Amino acid sequence: MTSTPTIHDVIIIGSGPAGYTAAVYAARAQLKPLVFEGVAFGGALMTTTEVENYPGFKEGITGPELMEEMREQALRFGADLRMEDVDEVSLEGPVKTVTVGDETYAAHSVILAMGAAARHLGVPGEEERIGTGVSTCATCDGFFFRDQDIAVIGGGDSAMEEATFLTRFARSVTLIHRRDEFRASKIMLERAKANEKITILTNTAVTQVEGEPKVTGLRLRDVITGEESKLAVTGVFVAIGHDPRSELVRGQVELDDEGYVAVKDRTTSTSIDGVFAAGDLVDHTYRQAVTAAGSGCSAAIDAERWLADHE
Amino acid sequence: MSDTGATVAVTDDSFSDDVLASATPVLVDFWATWCGPCKMIAPVLEELATEKAGELTVAKLDVDANPGTARDFQVVSIPTLILFKNGAPVKRIVGTKGKAALLRELADHV
Repeated sequence: MTSTPTIHDVIIIGSGPAGYTAAVYAARAQLKPLVFEGVAFGGALMTTTEVENYPGFKEGITGPELMEEMREQALRFGADLRMEDVDEVSLEGPVKTVTVGDETYAAHSVILAMGAAARHLGVPGEEERIGTGVSTCATCDGFFFRDQDIAVIGGGDSAMEEATFLTRFARSVTLIHRRDEFRASKIMLERAKANEKITILTNTAVTQVEGEPKVTGLRLRDVITGEESKLAVTGVFVAIGHDPRSELVRGQVELDDEGYVAVKDRTTSTSIDGVFAAGDLVDHTYRQAVTAAGSGCSAAIDAERWLADHE
Repeated sequence: MSDTGATVAVTDDSFSDDVLASATPVLVDFWATWCGPCKMIAPVLEELATEKAGELTVAKLDVDANPGTARDFQVVSIPTLILFKNGAPVKRIVGTKGKAALLRELADHV
């Protein structure tokens, strides 16, 4: 293991709206941030279709385009972006280290913005059919299901957005949700309900994905009556939420019961001095691109002030 | 074949000559312009193509312009990478991977 003698002011881990916004602010504050974007750079928005609620884009913008804009903006102010995954961190003490492969980097402060990872159903047949009909990215894969019957699982905005988007290609979209209440915003739910190609099944759980090897259908269970049924579909798009990607820092910074990084009051300060956290890694309430970007900005400002106090 | 950096672009028309008849193994990246994760894996593939030049060809196939090949190999998720050796698919990788993970998955074949 080689260690560089340079101690950076700030290392940012993650690259969604939170990571890139932190990078923009930190770079403009002359902190020369080193940013580990990860191999899945861009974060959750890279698999998002149209983003209609990000202020400033009145016609809407696609997730990947929005992330490209933010990335370019961070580069413009001199952020050092690396498309690499961090393997290990050591966050205690005045000098924190971040290990990427054989290289170890040191910094006075660290901003955590690893985001959240899409949740899987965890039912038999799902994992092994990713790529043969089970999809985690509607924008990527909708194209392959032209004139076919498909299903979207979930009850939030992502599920509504995906179901609506997929009607551009599919013959029919069955939206399957475990409860009878929706987490989705009213506008998104109404849009899905008004779409002739979309059928909504509530109080319905998926118990199995079938097909050898291409997906041919789902086994379903009515969660009230327990009645079992089958639905013939060739595509299954899972949009049932996200879990915080806090594995990297587990055992170091304090996490809450659900694995989100805990922050103090209205700041981005974690349980470790000089370590800040932002975005979906922290937020189990709002989880929007704009709130993630906002908290990324807060984290950069918190880090900048903390560095000034500790010079 | 047309060049796009260290990787080469292949089409439905050129697939048979450029991939199936190739003497060296060819890793084909099925991608499209609308696919965010495809953009993530692109720089990794460029690096791989440069490092493995001579022993492995890395080819890119735009599924939008070339739906026939994607259909033939039952690609319904992108990015999908399929490694072809002596005209036959020997390994299929779905989704975004880092370079280290990709090399591990290809290790038995390349």
